[in-house]
Amino acid sequence: MMIYQTLIQPFVEFGFMRRALIACLALGIGSGPVGVLLMLRRMSLVGDAMSHAVLPGAAVGFLFAGLSLPAMGFGGLIAGLLVALLSGLVSRFTSLREDASFASFYLTSLAAGVLIVSLHGSSVDLLHVLFGTILAIDNPAIFMVGGIASFTLIVLALIYRPLVLECFDPGFLRAVGGSGSLYHVLFLLLVVLNLVAGFQALGTLMAVGMMIIPATVSRFWATSLSALMIISTLVATLSGFIGLIVSFHAGVASGPAIVLTASAFYVFSLLFGRSGIVRRLFPKAHLAH
Amino acid sequence: MSAVRISLDDLTVTYERRPAVHHISGCFEAGSLTAIVGPNGAGKSTLIKAIAGTLKPAAGRVDRGSLALHNVGYLPQAAEIDRSFPLNVADTVIMGAWRSIGAFRGVSREQARQAQEALLAVGLEGFERRSVGSLSAGQFQRVLFARLLMQNAAVILLDEPFTAIDARTTQDLLKLIRDWHGQGRTVIAVLHDIDQVRKHFPNTLLMAREAIAWGDTDTVLHADNLRRARNMAEYWSDDATPCAMNEEQQS
Repeated sequence: MMIYQTLIQPFVEFGFMRRALIACLALGIGSGPVGVLLMLRRMSLVGDAMSHAVLPGAAVGFLFAGLSLPAMGFGGLIAGLLVALLSGLVSRFTSLREDASFASFYLTSLAAGVLIVSLHGSSVDLLHVLFGTILAIDNPAIFMVGGIASFTLIVLALIYRPLVLECFDPGFLRAVGGSGSLYHVLFLLLVVLNLVAGFQALGTLMAVGMMIIPATVSRFWATSLSALMIISTLVATLSGFIGLIVSFHAGVASGPAIVLTASAFYVFSLLFGRSGIVRRLFPKAHLAH
Repeated sequence: MSAVRISLDDLTVTYERRPAVHHISGCFEAGSLTAIVGPNGAGKSTLIKAIAGTLKPAAGRVDRGSLALHNVGYLPQAAEIDRSFPLNVADTVIMGAWRSIGAFRGVSREQARQAQEALLAVGLEGFERRSVGSLSAGQFQRVLFARLLMQNAAVILLDEPFTAIDARTTQDLLKLIRDWHGQGRTVIAVLHDIDQVRKHFPNTLLMAREAIAWGDTDTVLHADNLRRARNMAEYWSDDATPCAMNEEQQS
């Protein structure tokens, strides 16, 4: 009975919790595999930077339409793509590495975003944009998040082979005539889309948490790419579910609750995972001959 | 295997407007086995990439005859491959069939069998399910050679294939290279070990941004030439002034 009240009843009783749950599940399904590829491409921090870059666009959307996910999402998408594109160009035409140019771009856009929201909204609005609010997830928002998750999976399925090859051995892909930068750009598009999908539930500051942390967790348990993606998706969706329940019962913001749940998975895996600390400190005796 | 001749016509390739390969003309005969030798920074890898078609020439051209670009087997330097990537040996080798499977088509039974045979040929039978991250440097290089076998290309380009590779593996892989030569493929390899070149490679291109000497290995690897190559590299390592010949071409 306790279990029912804790885990299930909030979703039965409240429509906004049901919608939030669906959004989080869709989010996990899209962000899980994208996060794994982001990690394998050593772009974890770039993903972080891009999630902040989404903010000013979302803020402009907020100016025009208030807390509406499609408007803020569209603004965020444009801003995120712009920053991804600009920093790509800057790193191509200057001697700055991509991570450095990303860092400067996202600080600029984070500052601009906070300024825009605080100029025209209350500090509660600012908190919502930065850290997310599940209360605002309405039907259009669910369609958007679900649509993005479906689009992500379809595109990933289509570009999977060249994308993997581009990560693993870009020189070979170029030599056999594949356009590595095309797949790179498509992948960046998926990252930005999933960040946009994530920021309603998690906020712009936390949106990337649903991507990177589950991916990192999966690294402790699996060695094949498909297993990494499955584990990452499971961890992401579970974190969404548990985080929402914690957020409901404890009355805390949903974004931090979800990300902290994922962090708990991370700490557990760090200690007890197959390549975790405990196994390393207390290795099993190797096979005797 | 129809043999392919590759000729360079006044080829110049630049990095950030500094020439890395400078006005090289000459040709790799069909079915020849050539080593490219030269000091560090001599533009050897750049030249290989230009022949593979992954770098565009700033001037001049690479003439591959009727050869489709995708029919070139290219082995990049080990540092350019992310070996921590969670991929297994079988998948890595199968990628050699990219020309026929591309981004979407499935792998046929025949191709799977060929991959199996390629692994057998490089002495890695039974390694199919191992992840590439768990292999030693030598084993991984064998995997990449299996991928080249799978590619079945008329022209094979190897960029420092034996750097940090043990002697046993080097011998095994050299044998594969000799087989390719015997099958009439055109093979070009960037190498550092002069003795190895003398022993196994009939032709040599000695370069230091420009071609110092090109032709029969014994003639090319003459002490005078080697000294000249060293001096050229040091001379060029200063920030070079823009090339007068390039200016003329641009105007």
